[in-house]
Amino acid sequence: MRISIENFTKSFGDTTVIEDMSLEIGDGEMLALLGPSGCGKSTTLFAICGIHRMNAGRLLFGDADVTEVSSQKRNVGVVFQNYALYPHMNVYENIAFPLKVRKESRAEVDRKVQEIADLVHIGELLQRRPVQLSGGQQQRVALARALIRKPDILLLDEPLANLDAKLRLEMRSEIRRIQLATGITAVLVTHDQVEAMSMCDRIAIMDKGRIVQLSTPKDMYENPSSAFVAGFLGNPPIAFLEGTVADGGFRLANSRVTLPVPSGIELPGDGAPIRFGVRPEFFQPGNPLKVSGKVSFVEIQGREELYDVTLENGAVLRSIQAQSAGFRLGEDVSWGIAQDKVLAFGPDGNRL
Amino acid sequence: MTSSNFRSWPLFLVLGVISMPLVIMYVYLFVDTVTDTTAGSLIPDRFTLHHWRFLWEEPETGRVSIWTVTLNTFIFAICTTLINVSASVTAGYALSRLNMPFKRFFLGGILTLHAFPTITLIISIFLILQMIGLYNTLIGVILVKTALELPFGIWIMKGFFDNVPWEIEMAGLQDGASRFTVWWKLVLPQVQPGVAALAVFVFLSAWSEFILPQVLAPSGSAQVLSTYLSNLIFDDIKPDFNMFKSVGVFYALPVIVVYLIFNKQLMNIYGGGTKG
Repeated sequence: MRISIENFTKSFGDTTVIEDMSLEIGDGEMLALLGPSGCGKSTTLFAICGIHRMNAGRLLFGDADVTEVSSQKRNVGVVFQNYALYPHMNVYENIAFPLKVRKESRAEVDRKVQEIADLVHIGELLQRRPVQLSGGQQQRVALARALIRKPDILLLDEPLANLDAKLRLEMRSEIRRIQLATGITAVLVTHDQVEAMSMCDRIAIMDKGRIVQLSTPKDMYENPSSAFVAGFLGNPPIAFLEGTVADGGFRLANSRVTLPVPSGIELPGDGAPIRFGVRPEFFQPGNPLKVSGKVSFVEIQGREELYDVTLENGAVLRSIQAQSAGFRLGEDVSWGIAQDKVLAFGPDGNRL
Repeated sequence: MTSSNFRSWPLFLVLGVISMPLVIMYVYLFVDTVTDTTAGSLIPDRFTLHHWRFLWEEPETGRVSIWTVTLNTFIFAICTTLINVSASVTAGYALSRLNMPFKRFFLGGILTLHAFPTITLIISIFLILQMIGLYNTLIGVILVKTALELPFGIWIMKGFFDNVPWEIEMAGLQDGASRFTVWWKLVLPQVQPGVAALAVFVFLSAWSEFILPQVLAPSGSAQVLSTYLSNLIFDDIKPDFNMFKSVGVFYALPVIVVYLIFNKQLMNIYGGGTKG
């Protein structure tokens, strides 16, 4: 089911959380709402499921206007951050609750619960109480309960935030598998860029109640529209170099080093402050555009090694290199930047 | 408690000595109801059921049978409990969750009423009951007792509802349940320990209530056990203290039974199903 949000505005008291937001989510698509806390992503989610009333704007599921339709009638499944399982019911009763509310027959309920329990791999846990389940199992129950009515839309509010690292990895692919298996339109709210990139077809990155950029994970990583987006995606994060425009090149702040500007970038006039963003994988010993500095931080991660290099003007560049590169803390190095991969940002933070 | 650096027997000894008078009192209370003691002696020497004769003998003229009085007391306590609990769970939920006007005013009012010394109201209540014709009826006492206990109940239930996570209700609405179904099937079970505790509390409070029945329904068919008990020593020229004790034990029995039954419910608090 296609979701269209048109000119959505939401305020709580005097605080406007979201102003004039429009977003279209395609049928069967999984979209991530990504952003720092307080950016309005959960508010958007709760507006889609009907818990929050919209102050202005329209919400359409397919061609139907559901702006004024109550939560109960929207046919949306929601997985909450803390799962919100009903503690006094066992797993079977939890999953069956949406069907019991609709007064479906016993046999029908039995069949559907069994079917959905098999899909999310909790078939043998049906008689347990929520307290007797691990976090990952509770998550699966919550998913099953959200999916059992065959909702048109599945909403996931930080579904992995309460899981430990290993389970998070597992549930990430599980949720995606289930979403693909059911072909349901899904919206995932998260502040973790890895989750957003690995699980979703498209990402809407939000900041201060606005959608800053809406694109596929790959495109957003390679072509961020602003320094904010570039800084949000990627782990280890992108490093920024401050500087100014000088003689058609990029003069590093507090330094006489001038770097050439990649072709295709429209520079503002001389003296304008701009920033270069360099991702760690594009700052390597082998690249031609050399800058010199001292290794100021080393982190061995097993498969990869992570280095911070402090340049002569105090700026820090990050580099991620294959195992056994073997540089030591304090070592003077002269590594290169992949010139065509440099991202340049203007004084307002927007991409040049 | 068997840790080597903490010996428990001195503590038990001190507690034992302190509670000894209480234990002796209870033992004597019971023993005296089934025995006779020669005057001047402390040790009872004859077994008798004579003091329990009020259970099977016809009451003297002008007195009411103990069974009528017991039935009255049960009606009084159970009705008070039912009305109080049903009003408290609905009002408590409304004050905890619903976005209703004058909420702060209501909350303040409830707190004030809760702290209000009810005995100061008794004369006006007496007058009102007499005016509307509920004086010396069980219904009148039930209504007054319920009204006076309500602020406490509402406040307690509001506290329990406050602790139920919002997400459970949101999930229920999302699952297609109506607001009432959510409250009845999802929220109420979460506060069940609170409901049980409140019910037991109100029941016991009504069971042991003395002043209200004494003032508002003092005589005849509306008597309850507490007033019956007090009439027993006030009326008689020669008070029968052992029978007074027997009625006292009889009066206390349901309280003990209620404690034994609901002990588990009071202790058994749900572990939440949300993991945070």
